[in-house]
Amino acid sequence: MDHDAAINHTGASKGTLSSYLTGFVLAIVLTIIPFWLVMSGTLSRGATIAAVFAAATVQILVHLHYFLHLDRSSEEQWNVMAIAFTAIAVVVVIGGSVWIMVNLHERMADTALLIHALRPLIG
Amino acid sequence: MTTDVLDTFPAHAEDHGHADPVATTAFGFWIYIMSDCILFGTVFASFVVLSHNYAGGPTGSQLFDLRYTLGETMFLLFSSVTYGFAMLALHKERKQQVLGWLLVTFLLGLGFIAMEVNEFTQMVMAGHGPDRSGFLSGFFTLVGTHGCHVTVGLIWMAVMMTQIMTKGLTTPVQSRLMRLSMFWHFLDIVWIGVFTVVYLMGVM
Repeated sequence: MDHDAAINHTGASKGTLSSYLTGFVLAIVLTIIPFWLVMSGTLSRGATIAAVFAAATVQILVHLHYFLHLDRSSEEQWNVMAIAFTAIAVVVVIGGSVWIMVNLHERMADTALLIHALRPLIG
Repeated sequence: MTTDVLDTFPAHAEDHGHADPVATTAFGFWIYIMSDCILFGTVFASFVVLSHNYAGGPTGSQLFDLRYTLGETMFLLFSSVTYGFAMLALHKERKQQVLGWLLVTFLLGLGFIAMEVNEFTQMVMAGHGPDRSGFLSGFFTLVGTHGCHVTVGLIWMAVMMTQIMTKGLTTPVQSRLMRLSMFWHFLDIVWIGVFTVVYLMGVM
C-alpha cells in the first residue's frame, strides 16, 4: 500500500515494541530516583540538586531517543540540527535571564539593606 | 501521491528526503515544536527568576505534595508509551488497536488534566492564586501553559479518533497521527522540566 510506505520512512515512526518498553523502563527509573532523593533527603542538599538535574537531563535524552527516535542517521540530520539550535537558544534565554536577575537582585538587596540601616538617621 | 512527487523531482528527492510530503510536513511540525520549546524556555526563565518572590505568601514546600506530583507524572509517562503502542498498531494497519490505544492515551491524559485542575482549584480556593505572589504568578503561568498544551493535545486526539472511525487509516490521517505523536511526546519532555524545576526544587 502506498500510504504505508509514506509513513514508514519518516523519523517519528521508527519505534519498535522493545524500544518503547526500554524507554519506558528507563523513564520510570529516572523519574523515581529524583523524587525518592528529594522525599527521603538521603543526600546533602547540593548533591541532591546535582543528582536531580542529572536525572532530568538523562531522562530528556531517553525520551528523545526512544520515544521521538532522534538519532544520527542522515534522515534525522535536520531534526537534530533544529533541536541543537533550539537547545542553545533555550540555554541562553534561561541562563542569561537568571544570570542578569540574580546579579540585579544582589545589588538591589544591598540597596535595601543600606536604606534600612540609614532609616534612623534619615528620620 | 508520494510516488508522483518523487517521479517529478527524482534528483531532488535523492539529495534529501524532504520531497516526500509526509516527511516535509513532519519536519515543518518539528520546527513548530522547536519554536514551542523557545516559548517554554522564556516561561521557565520567568518562573526561575520569580521563584523566591513569595511576598509573605506560601512557599513551594508548603504548597506541593510530591506524591501527588508523582501521580501526575505517571499519568503522563504511561500516556506517552500507550501513544507509542498506538503508533506500532498504526504500522500494522490495525484500526481497532489504534483506536483502543488512543482511547487509553486520551483517558490517561485526561487523568493528568483532572489532577492538575483539582490542584489549581484547591490552591485558588485557599487564597494561593496567581495574584498572591510573584512565585505563584510564575507557577500558574508555567504549569498552566503546559496544561493548556495537554488540553489541546486531548482535543486533537479526540478529533483523530473521530477521523479514524469516519475516514479510516488514510495517508492524511496517518500523517496527522504521526504529528500528534511528536506533540504528545514533546509535552512529556516539557513535564520533566516542570516537575524538576517547579516541584522538586520548590520542595527542597
